Amino acid sequence: MEASEALNKLRWRCTRRAMLETDLLLGKFLDEIFPALTPQQAAAFVVLADLEDLELWPLVNGSQECDDVSQAEVVAMLRRVRVK
Amino acid sequence: MSTLKIPVRKFDAVIVGAGGAGLRAAIQLSESGLKTAVLSKVFPTRSHTVAAQGGVSASLGNSEEDHWHWHMYDTVKGSDWLGDQDAIEYMCRKAPEVVVELEHFGMPFDRTDEGKIYQRPFGGHMSNFGEKPVRRACAAADRTGHAMLHALYQRNVRANTQFFVEWMALDLIRDETGQVLGVIALEMETGEVVAFHAKATIFATGGAGRIFYSSTNAFINTGDGLGMAARAGIALEDMEFWQFHPTGVAGAGVLITEGVRGEGGILRNSDNERFMERYAPNAKDLASRDIVSRAMVTEINEGRGCGPNKDYVLLDITHLDPATIMKRLPGIREISIQFAGIDPIKAPIPVVPTCHYQMGGIPTNYRGEVVNQDGSVVKGFYAAGEVACASVHGANRLGTNSLLDLLVFGKSSGDSVVEAIKQNNVAHKDLPENFADLTMARLNRLETQTDGSSVNETRLELQRTMQKHCGVFRFKDMMVDGVAKILEVEKLVAKTEIKDKSKVWNTARVEALELDNLIEVAKATMISAEARKESRGAHVRDDAPDSEAFPNGRNDAEWHKHSLWHREGNKLSYKPVNMTPLSVETIALKTRSY
Ligand SMILES: Cc1cc2nc3c(=O)[nH]c(=O)nc-3n(C[C@H](O)[C@H](O)[C@H](O)COP(=O)(O)OP(=O)(O)OC[C@H]3O[C@@H](n4cnc5c(N)ncnc54)[C@H](O)[C@@H]3O)c2cc1C
Repeated sequence: MEASEALNKLRWRCTRRAMLETDLLLGKFLDEIFPALTPQQAAAFVVLADLEDLELWPLVNGSQECDDVSQAEVVAMLRRVRVK
Repeated sequence: MSTLKIPVRKFDAVIVGAGGAGLRAAIQLSESGLKTAVLSKVFPTRSHTVAAQGGVSASLGNSEEDHWHWHMYDTVKGSDWLGDQDAIEYMCRKAPEVVVELEHFGMPFDRTDEGKIYQRPFGGHMSNFGEKPVRRACAAADRTGHAMLHALYQRNVRANTQFFVEWMALDLIRDETGQVLGVIALEMETGEVVAFHAKATIFATGGAGRIFYSSTNAFINTGDGLGMAARAGIALEDMEFWQFHPTGVAGAGVLITEGVRGEGGILRNSDNERFMERYAPNAKDLASRDIVSRAMVTEINEGRGCGPNKDYVLLDITHLDPATIMKRLPGIREISIQFAGIDPIKAPIPVVPTCHYQMGGIPTNYRGEVVNQDGSVVKGFYAAGEVACASVHGANRLGTNSLLDLLVFGKSSGDSVVEAIKQNNVAHKDLPENFADLTMARLNRLETQTDGSSVNETRLELQRTMQKHCGVFRFKDMMVDGVAKILEVEKLVAKTEIKDKSKVWNTARVEALELDNLIEVAKATMISAEARKESRGAHVRDDAPDSEAFPNGRNDAEWHKHSLWHREGNKLSYKPVNMTPLSVETIALKTRSY
């Protein structure tokens, strides 16, 4: 898959989610933060975006901690996103 | 590409949508041995049903005495007498059965100390025909929808249902007699267009809440099933009725569940007054959603809103024990922090009424069969869940009745398909020669459009128009203007242009195709709303106020009827409300007050 195709697929999985909360957060993250991520951080984000909302949301809202170190770094960035 | 070159796949039945309704229907089909395809824009357990936190209603009577007849009464009253009483009786009587069935499918409901399903109070649920609140909502913490989808999905895996994930259905296939013969769909990963040829087609595509600017609905809710049905000549029923949830976070739209008020949350105005005591002395903060929304908007309009612009009210749970908040309402605190910047243990949450649920939809009977105006069935076509209008929610849905709706009518639509296919032993009817011509023309137009309009800007224009001209409170002149405006937006939708013409994962194309559906829903809503010259349930007009002749602005003599919007010529027609329950007496028209 070409890079642009992979990015489109990621966009779909970030913005057609089960919950409005994660549509808003991941969409904002993809537009504003994702372009500046290191390849390792970007890869971790792709894994996170593939999680179901009720797996991802507890990580983002802090009710659960993330075991994976590189994912935890991206989760911390997601936690700082404010959609107001 | 022409119709001739489109690959055709054959199934006994095709279901579009893998949320609660689609998955529940699929169990009936697959377990009875029918070859079933389920199409979904997203992986099934990523469907919007996941978002439902509050619960599913059933008169189990686990915490205190309850009865399906009381549930029926609440639903009829909630619907402001626009719900069909045959369908409502059917749903309320079936509720305990489908909920217990779900428990057997593995749904992890919360338990009471004796091990029964825990039930909590919810707006509009009353015992003894409206006397006092009753605990009727069954929940799995605040993950009811998620747990439900997982239980239903696992059951489908066991039954060998075949899923087509990240496929978008584009159009219905109908022959010259009007019979439905399947759908045309797009595989996002390849860009390939394929026909699914079926003896029966069930739509379970969910709601269309994204027609409004401020909405609790996820981005996926673009009303595709409604758009497809409308383009295929099926009228849409009662589309003027949209429930606004009283407590969306001001700004973001994110929902604060009614369960918060069930557990003791209180709405306050800028004077710190618990204003619901004035509007609904009995039910107070737990009154039906439209009553609460209207009260909130009245407070804001009369200058008692909060914040610098006085444009929201406050939902206060600071008096609750933090341990209760963490235990019974765990997600709420984080939502408030991330989307309102407020810790609700310390300060109240800013909230406004936000578009939440579509009461109208594709007209069906309680067997899940799609029906024409005269009640005759559209052969081969079924619908269930939020896309359908059975009609059990009428002018206003009771909280927790929609998860129930999708279990009951998902199941009944599935049973109807099984019965039709097995009893009549029907074969596949031939596809008409040019079955995909209109779809291909739509796709080709999009490929070749130049000097066109932007999809994002046009969608925003549509959403702003709906919000401003057809929101929670409706004004005559605004709606008249709104009709003209939305028809202008339609012209922009007809010439959307996408720059990316690639095939693989072309999300720009998919979003343009979603917009083709949103506009059908927007037109249906605006035109039906402008025409209905009364207030009823969620449709509240400023020029149809509460009066002695018309309590709450409701005018039964002229408007106790269902609207049907026909895409062709934007025409409206009307059909009577079913006032004949299956076994009990009619619940007679009465003023709705709480
Ligand atoms: C925030 C929130 C909270 C809620 N809480 C409650 C609650 O507590 N209790 C309650 O009773 N109700 C609640 N509701 C309402 C309830 O969740 C929905 O009405 C219900 O889940 C809709 O289920 P469904 O199966 O009809 O559709 P969905 O779950 O929305 O599923 C639609 C399916 O159709 C698919 N689809 C759509 N278009 C296409 C297409 N073109 N091609 C292929 N597939 C397509 C989607 O991929 C998806 O699989 C809530 C709603 C919201 C927004």
